[in-house]
Amino acid sequence: MSQVGIVLISHSPKVVEGIKDIINQVAKDVPVELAGGTDENEIGTSVEKIQAAIERVHTDKGVLLIYDLGSAMMNAELAVEMSDYEDIEIAEAPLLEGAYVAAVESGMGKSLEDVKKACESALKNE
Amino acid sequence: MELQVEQIVTWMEKANEKVQDNKEYLTSLDQAIGDGDHGINMARGFKEVVQKVSGSDYETASDILKDVAMTLMGKVGGAAGPLYGTAFLKLSASVKGKKSIDYGSFVTGLEEALAGMKQRGKSEQGEKTLIDTWAPVIEEMKKADGFDCDLLSATAKAAMEKTKDIKATKGRASYLGDRSIGHLDPGSVSSYYLFTSLAETIRGGK
Repeated sequence: MSQVGIVLISHSPKVVEGIKDIINQVAKDVPVELAGGTDENEIGTSVEKIQAAIERVHTDKGVLLIYDLGSAMMNAELAVEMSDYEDIEIAEAPLLEGAYVAAVESGMGKSLEDVKKACESALKNE
Repeated sequence: MELQVEQIVTWMEKANEKVQDNKEYLTSLDQAIGDGDHGINMARGFKEVVQKVSGSDYETASDILKDVAMTLMGKVGGAAGPLYGTAFLKLSASVKGKKSIDYGSFVTGLEEALAGMKQRGKSEQGEKTLIDTWAPVIEEMKKADGFDCDLLSATAKAAMEKTKDIKATKGRASYLGDRSIGHLDPGSVSSYYLFTSLAETIRGGK
């Protein structure tokens, strides 16, 4: 059973590494890849890192991108536009909470649409 | 006159010099209302651009503009990367295949670049972003018949200075609300360097 791949995009490599640690406690086998910081691992985001993470994590169920601040969103959009895959979505969700919920849902084998929806309602108690 | 490949190289070299010379200044502007990395990011990006384009041979103006775009997207790191990257990518696409760029095509290309940045940043004129330099410059260029270095430089400078009075509603500065008033927008200042570098390039070519 394939699972939706998840890419975590942050201005800081430490932020996404920490989030992955938290996710791993509940969802060990979910494909999660990180795109934190610039190419030099400084504060910022990198289209190339996001593209590489998408390549590593892509499954036939698609990929969900979750980001932290403004320019991360712009670079996420660029990466999606430059990708050959049609099944990549960007979630509008808080990075940590969204990623946590997305990983759980992905682990249950849900579709990209369902994972995205769950991710985006991560702060609502439904 | 038409903009040649060699002039685009000169344009990028001049822009890089200004960004490097004003790295601290851009950073101090960004520290006041943003996250304080605009100078560092732009300096890194344009240094890479010059390294990429200076030694290379380009068939067409659109080829070099595309390399500028890809380098800025990959190397800047902050919001300026996708924004300036998108601008140069749109400009490149607009003049695709052209060995050199005539004035009319260049202005059309800049309009498409501006539209691309607005879409990328989900932003309009008047929100204290680099668009507030680009939009008035393009407006004035549309009225002119050909490259006019004085017009280009003066319009970009006036537009950049006007951003001091605007309240930011986009980007990191928007978190400051009214406190963003009274500070220049760093992106508008770096855009001024870009346009004034273009003006100097054209002046040198006459």
